[in-house]
Amino acid sequence: MSRITPRYLSVAALISATLLVSGCLSNDPEEVEAEDDAGAAAAEPAGDNAEAGEDVVIGFSGPAAGHGWIGAITEGAQNQGDEFDDVELRVSEGTDDVNEQISHIEQFINDEVDAIVVLPFDGAALTEIATEAMEAGIPVVNVDREFSSPFAARTTILGDNYGMGVSAGEYICEQLGDQEDAVVAEIAGIDSLPLTQDRSEGFEEALSDCGLEVDNRVAADFTVQGGESAAANLLQAAPEIDAIWNHDDDQGVGVLAAIENAGRDEFFMVGGAGSANMMREIESGESVVEATVVYPATQAADGVRLARLLAQDRAMGDLVQIEVPREIQLYAPVVTADNVDQYLPNAFES
Amino acid sequence: MSETTAAGSAPGTDTSAVSAQEPGSRRDRGNGNGKKTATGTKLSLGHSLGLVLALAALVVLGIITGGTRFLSVDNLMVILQQAAVVGVISIGATFVITSGGIDLSVGSVMGLATIWATTLGTQAIAMDFHWLIMVFTALAVGVAAGLLNGIIIAYGKVVPFIATLAMLVAARGFAELISGRQTQIVSVPGFTNAFRRDILGIPVIVWMFVLVAVAGWFLFNRTTFGRRTIAVGGNREAARLAGIKVNRHLVMVYALSGLCVGISAVMMLSRTTAGSSTNGYLYELDVIAIVVVGGTLLAGGRGTIFGTVLGVLIFAVLTNVFVQNNLDSSVQSVVKGAIIVGAVLLQQRFSSHSRT
Repeated sequence: MSRITPRYLSVAALISATLLVSGCLSNDPEEVEAEDDAGAAAAEPAGDNAEAGEDVVIGFSGPAAGHGWIGAITEGAQNQGDEFDDVELRVSEGTDDVNEQISHIEQFINDEVDAIVVLPFDGAALTEIATEAMEAGIPVVNVDREFSSPFAARTTILGDNYGMGVSAGEYICEQLGDQEDAVVAEIAGIDSLPLTQDRSEGFEEALSDCGLEVDNRVAADFTVQGGESAAANLLQAAPEIDAIWNHDDDQGVGVLAAIENAGRDEFFMVGGAGSANMMREIESGESVVEATVVYPATQAADGVRLARLLAQDRAMGDLVQIEVPREIQLYAPVVTADNVDQYLPNAFES
Repeated sequence: MSETTAAGSAPGTDTSAVSAQEPGSRRDRGNGNGKKTATGTKLSLGHSLGLVLALAALVVLGIITGGTRFLSVDNLMVILQQAAVVGVISIGATFVITSGGIDLSVGSVMGLATIWATTLGTQAIAMDFHWLIMVFTALAVGVAAGLLNGIIIAYGKVVPFIATLAMLVAARGFAELISGRQTQIVSVPGFTNAFRRDILGIPVIVWMFVLVAVAGWFLFNRTTFGRRTIAVGGNREAARLAGIKVNRHLVMVYALSGLCVGISAVMMLSRTTAGSSTNGYLYELDVIAIVVVGGTLLAGGRGTIFGTVLGVLIFAVLTNVFVQNNLDSSVQSVVKGAIIVGAVLLQQRFSSHSRT
C-alpha cells in the first residue's frame, strides 16, 4: 500500500498556526475525529513471549501519508511499544523522502538501538542502510515493502498483494462462476506501483480460473477524489456491470459516492484493504459492497513484537523452532456479512 | 490519432487569428500602458478557435468509438461535473496567472477547506443551524489562504512561486493534522441534498461552474478589475505609474483565487461526500496545465476565461473517451503531456510573433 503523498509536517505546524490566527475559522481542531482505534488495537500478547525480558530499545521508521492505512500502521507500532514495559520504542518522524528515512536509520545505528523496524517508503532505496545496520549487529525487521537484498533484514513481514487479487477474484468467481458473459470491472490504485500490478495480476489469474475476465479497468490514485473520478467515468463506459473490484477502501469512499451519483446498483462490489468504513457498509447489508479483502494494517505492530523477541534473543511462541522466522507473509482474507463481526473491531478508519 | 490532427490544425487557424488582432495582442513591455491589452477579448476568441477544433475532434473521436453511449445525457453530465470542480479553480487561476503570478497552493487549500468543512465541530454546528455553515467554512478557509498568499506576495515581496509553495506544503500538513489523516464523511443531509440534485435536468455543480465562468468572464473582460489584472501582469511598473494600487490589487487577485478554491471544495464535497486531506492532490498541476493550454500566458499580461473553460473541457472529455475505450492510464498521461507541450509551443509562437 505504498503511496506517493507529499508530507511536510514541520513547516506545516508553523504556517498553519498563522492560518489559525488569521482567524476565519469556526471550529477547534481538537474536536476533530476523536476516534483513534485506527488499526491494531493491541491484542493480549500470547504465551511465554508476553513475559518481561531484558529492557530493549527499538527504533521504528515508516513513511508518512495522508492515508488511513499508513496512519493505522504507525499507530499500531506505537501501541505495541506502549504495551511492553521492557520496550522503549523510538519512533522517528514519518517521511516520504528516502533520503530522510536513511538519516533516521543512521541515527538509530549511532544510538546503538537493539533492533530496528522499518516500513521503507521505497524498499530498494533503503536496502543499503539496512544492510549497514545488520552489519553493525542490529537486527532489522522489514515491513510491507521488501528490501532488494536478503542480507538487509533479519526478518521480513509482508502483506499479500497478489493474494488480495486472488481472494477478490475467487469471491467474484464464487458469485458469478456460472455466468460466462458476466461483466467484471476493476478500479485499481496507482498503476505504476508494483503492488498495484501484483494485485491486478492475482485478480486476473483468479478470474481466468472460472472463465471470467476483466472487461473494464480504470486506475485511480488511492484518494477519495481519484476513486470518485475514475468510477464516474467507468460507470458511463459500462452500462451493465455484474461485479467490481476496487483495490483500495480509502478511494472506495469516492467510488461509492460515484455509484450513488449514477444511481446504479445492478452489481456487487468487493473492496480492498479492509477499512472500518467498508466493513460497516458490508454489515448494513443494503450497500453494493458485499465483501472486502484485508490487507492488514497490523504489520508494523507485528514487526515491533518480533523485533523485541530478536533483541531479547528469544524464540517465537507457538513455534517449535527456536528462532524467530525469516519471513512472515500475512493472509488476505475475504470479509463478508458472515464474518464481518470478527474483523470490524481491528479495522482501521479510512 | 485525431487529437493530434486537431492540435496540428491549430497553428493555421490561430496564426491567422492572431495576425488579424496583432495590435491588441502586442505586449509592449517598453511603453506598456497595459490597459491597451484589454482588447484581449477578441484575441482570446481567435486563439480559442484551435481549442474549439481540438475539443470538437475529441468529441468526434468519442462518438466514433463510443457512439450513443458517449453522447448519452448521463455521460455528458459526468464529463461536465468532472470538469466543473477543477474548472472553478482554473477560473480563479486564470486571474492569478494573468497578473503575472502563480498559485501552487490551490490543491492543498482545497483539501484543507474540505477537511475543515467536514470536521466534526463544523458538522455539528451545521446540523444545529444550517448546512450553509459548511459552505461558509469552506469559502472562508479558501479566502483566508488566498489573502495570506496575496499579502505575503504583495507586501512581503516574496515571489509567488515560493509563497504559494509554502502554502501548498503548509495547507496539506494542516489538513492532515486536523483530520488525523482520516476521511470524514459528510453527515449533514441538507448539504448533500442541496448540492447533489439537478436543476432543469442539469446537476447543481454544473450550474455553479457555469455561474463562476460567466462571472469570471464578466469580471475579466468587462470591469476595471479585469483590465487592471492584465495591466499588472503586463507591466507592473507601468501599471503603478498609471495609478493602479498594484499591491492591493494583487492581494485581491489571490483572494479571488482562494474564493474559487473554496467554491470548488464545496463541489468536491458534494461529489465525493467526504472531506479528505488528499482531496485536490496534484490539482495545482492540472490547473496550470488547463490555464496555459487555454491560452493564458504564463508570463502574465494576457489571459482568456473562454480558453480556460475549453481547456477544462478538453481534459475532461479526453479522460472520458479513454475510459470509454478501456485504455491504459499511462497512455492517457502521455497524450495529456503531448497536449500541454503542443499548446505551449503554439503559445510561444504567438508571443514571438507579437514581439517582432
